[in-house]
Amino acid sequence: MGQAIDRREFLKLAGLGGAVFVSGLSGCAGMGEAKQEDFYFVQLSDTHWGFKGPALNPDAEGTLQKAVAAVNSLSFEPDFIVFTGDLTHTTDDPAERRRRLSQFREIVGGLKNKNVRFMPGEHDASLDDGQAWKEFFGPSYYSFDHKGVHFVAIDNVSDASARIGETQLAWLKADLAKLDKDARIVVFTHRPLFDLMPQWDWATRDGAQAIDILMPYRNVTVFYGHIHQEHHQMTGHIAHHSAKSLIFPLIAPGSAPKRAPVPWDAAQPYRGLGFRGVDAEAQKYEITEFPVVKA
Amino acid sequence: MNPRRRRLLALGLAVAAGAFGVRALAQERVIRVTARKFEFVPETIEMKKGEPVVLEFTSDDVLMGFNAPDFKVRADIPPGQVARVRLAPDREGEFEFFCDKFCGEGHETMTGRIHVAA
Repeated sequence: MGQAIDRREFLKLAGLGGAVFVSGLSGCAGMGEAKQEDFYFVQLSDTHWGFKGPALNPDAEGTLQKAVAAVNSLSFEPDFIVFTGDLTHTTDDPAERRRRLSQFREIVGGLKNKNVRFMPGEHDASLDDGQAWKEFFGPSYYSFDHKGVHFVAIDNVSDASARIGETQLAWLKADLAKLDKDARIVVFTHRPLFDLMPQWDWATRDGAQAIDILMPYRNVTVFYGHIHQEHHQMTGHIAHHSAKSLIFPLIAPGSAPKRAPVPWDAAQPYRGLGFRGVDAEAQKYEITEFPVVKA
Repeated sequence: MNPRRRRLLALGLAVAAGAFGVRALAQERVIRVTARKFEFVPETIEMKKGEPVVLEFTSDDVLMGFNAPDFKVRADIPPGQVARVRLAPDREGEFEFFCDKFCGEGHETMTGRIHVAA
């Protein structure tokens, strides 16, 4: 707990990250503190390595490296780092896809913290059912435990139809079955599991089935990507937090008839891009947003 | 062929017939839409409120999808087949639709619009 307080105080004093979002865990009162040790992880998302579009990001070949440097310069060492998909920008050429995945892996190999988890996005995986992505990063869905929290990575992109699929849903159910209903669960995924904006393809076709499986568990929080901006929404007692992109932001859901990127602003370069740190405490997650470059 | 395999094959054919079994009735207007990398032609589908229409989709190249969430209708569009969707819009306005099968580099621009007039 002491280290968590020190970390918060440091972030406050350093003026980093600006807004801090606190996501409470209503079902945790009185039970979590004895079981869980506070810790810190970093989420990066939608790096789209290989993207070219100077009007949206004239530094597309340098932003990922800047993000790696920014994470390395954090004063507090995260326990682990997670990338929630769209590591690379899509290409119809399988050889180019592998080249981009290889380059991405080489660049993020520069992270000082070597405990890094990866997930695919539709740009990485939807054209070949995740085949190339798995060659580089292994299974596309998995779970692990860390300091009293059960983490689950759900793949809702390898199927080109944005489906999790019956096989994975059955695995999810079995994976959670061993847990107490009060267990702390964090889900990583790429697309929103709920219908955020289906008209813009911001949904998972069978996401409602995953939410149904998660719903009996009282302490579930979802961190995802895909929509290139910070967004926070509840489905029942389950909190969903989307992350910023590291290539270009997209406009807010429903703010225009069509989904569109936000053009690069030379007066405020890298605006809307960033990554987040998550302080996992006994009864809440405290989310701090970091810019790619300090203003 | 053993009986179990025959039953499974029959079931498969029945499911396929269901997916592509929509047929336009005599009074229904048919609108043909082509899906190809990475556009729908026409991009805007003109309809009238309350008028039942059958949308007939074909794909010129790879497996595509049609999804109009405002009307909760979607269809797979396999190359070489005609996918039909029956729709009688109950609202006027402009409604987005999109390809919901990730189909390549330009997939995210593969969208269209249903314009429903009074």
